[in-house]
Amino acid sequence: MSEILFHHTQTAHCESGVISNLLGHHGLKISEPMAFGIGAGLFFGHLPFVKVNGVPGTTYRIWPGAIFQRVCDRLGVKMKVEKFSSVEKGMAALDQTLATGTPVGLLSSVYYLTYFPASYRFHFNAHNLVVYGKENGNYLVSDPVMDSITTIDPESLAQARFAKGFPAPKGKMYYPVSVPSSASLEKPIIEGIKQTCHYMLKIPIPMFGVDGIRFLAKRLKKYPEKLDDRRAVLYLGNIIRMQEEIGTGGAGFRFVYAAFLQEAAELLNKPELSKLATELTQIGDLWRTFAFAAGRVCKSRSASDDSYNELSQMLFRTAAAEEAFFRKLSKAI
Amino acid sequence: MKKEEVPQDKDNLHEGTFKQIMYAVDNSGNYVQVQSAGWEPENIALDQAWEEVNKRIEAAKQKVLAGEVSPIAYYMEKNIMDLALLANYVGKFQWQVKRHMKPAVFRRLSQHMLQKYADAFKVSIADLQHIK
Repeated sequence: MSEILFHHTQTAHCESGVISNLLGHHGLKISEPMAFGIGAGLFFGHLPFVKVNGVPGTTYRIWPGAIFQRVCDRLGVKMKVEKFSSVEKGMAALDQTLATGTPVGLLSSVYYLTYFPASYRFHFNAHNLVVYGKENGNYLVSDPVMDSITTIDPESLAQARFAKGFPAPKGKMYYPVSVPSSASLEKPIIEGIKQTCHYMLKIPIPMFGVDGIRFLAKRLKKYPEKLDDRRAVLYLGNIIRMQEEIGTGGAGFRFVYAAFLQEAAELLNKPELSKLATELTQIGDLWRTFAFAAGRVCKSRSASDDSYNELSQMLFRTAAAEEAFFRKLSKAI
Repeated sequence: MKKEEVPQDKDNLHEGTFKQIMYAVDNSGNYVQVQSAGWEPENIALDQAWEEVNKRIEAAKQKVLAGEVSPIAYYMEKNIMDLALLANYVGKFQWQVKRHMKPAVFRRLSQHMLQKYADAFKVSIADLQHIK
């Protein structure tokens, strides 16, 4: 098997990280925040009816795969994407592609990735990583959220790629077949920003965008009367985890997006975007203050009306700040 | 968040061995990547999620030992699965998996079906039949 030199860079988020690392390997250098921004990754959604282990889902980002799709479309990258009906076919196709000297992006379940600390291994099926070779029977892995390269045995990798559940990765693998050597980023940046503003401000469903934050704030206020102490604390804990656990870059992706706006300000020569980046940093700090207070409530384990009311008020203030921010951003572009 | 404010609370289940990337601003206001060993609210929330998992495992174990449910219920919790996910792994409907959780039904399961459960849980059939 030919040896592939792959430059591993640790990133905050797996999807934008894999895009940045894979495109970089093919000579198109874009940073993680740039990939995240062009792919319009920032979002908010609260879905009380979509429960994971009995706890309502909250998301600070767009659905898995969307960033990837949009970046490729906007930059004119052609990807070969394959899914497989059997483990054997999926692993054989991976080996064949590696043999041609091509690093491969894979969709996988975190639960079977043996190189992660046990405490992070839940059934999360939308994790992205890059496999760039095979050595002594094990696969060489560049997982963007790990600080260095690592390896995994074929059996665990097969289980991770063919995990069941929702969404089932079905061995999905992808690699660029045609990458422009340089791309003008102006139009993709503007399209990405417009799309994010649209998603945050204009979806006429109360669960999404800045309205979604208010929707969560209203429901959060009622946790003490609707749920027992244990469930209230579990629901709250899950909001914190979605906001701060691996992959978010802090404050539910708000800081990654601010970093993107800073880069965009320079590329488009629009200093007002840099000012807006500073404003978003402050909003990110509001989210962090919320998480900190919520963590203390979780620790005290008591569902007092007062503490939940206070958290709810914090979310309303954050929603107002985000609404004002995205209105300014949509005008600035 | 300023670069110096990036939290380094190592008091977590992985004892700070896993460092994730955060984005924070340096003194001149520019965004940079900074590694973080953990943060109190995240650590609390993750601890609490595992406490819940362990509580469910222990409750299922007691029920198995009391002869109220089959070991499938215990292993399902141990693998952090729910009924839908487990049914998916063994290729059955949820009501069928629920039925297999009855000790009397479990005792009559075919070797083939037992093997499917054993594979889903990555244990031997002997371990599947007698939990430790």
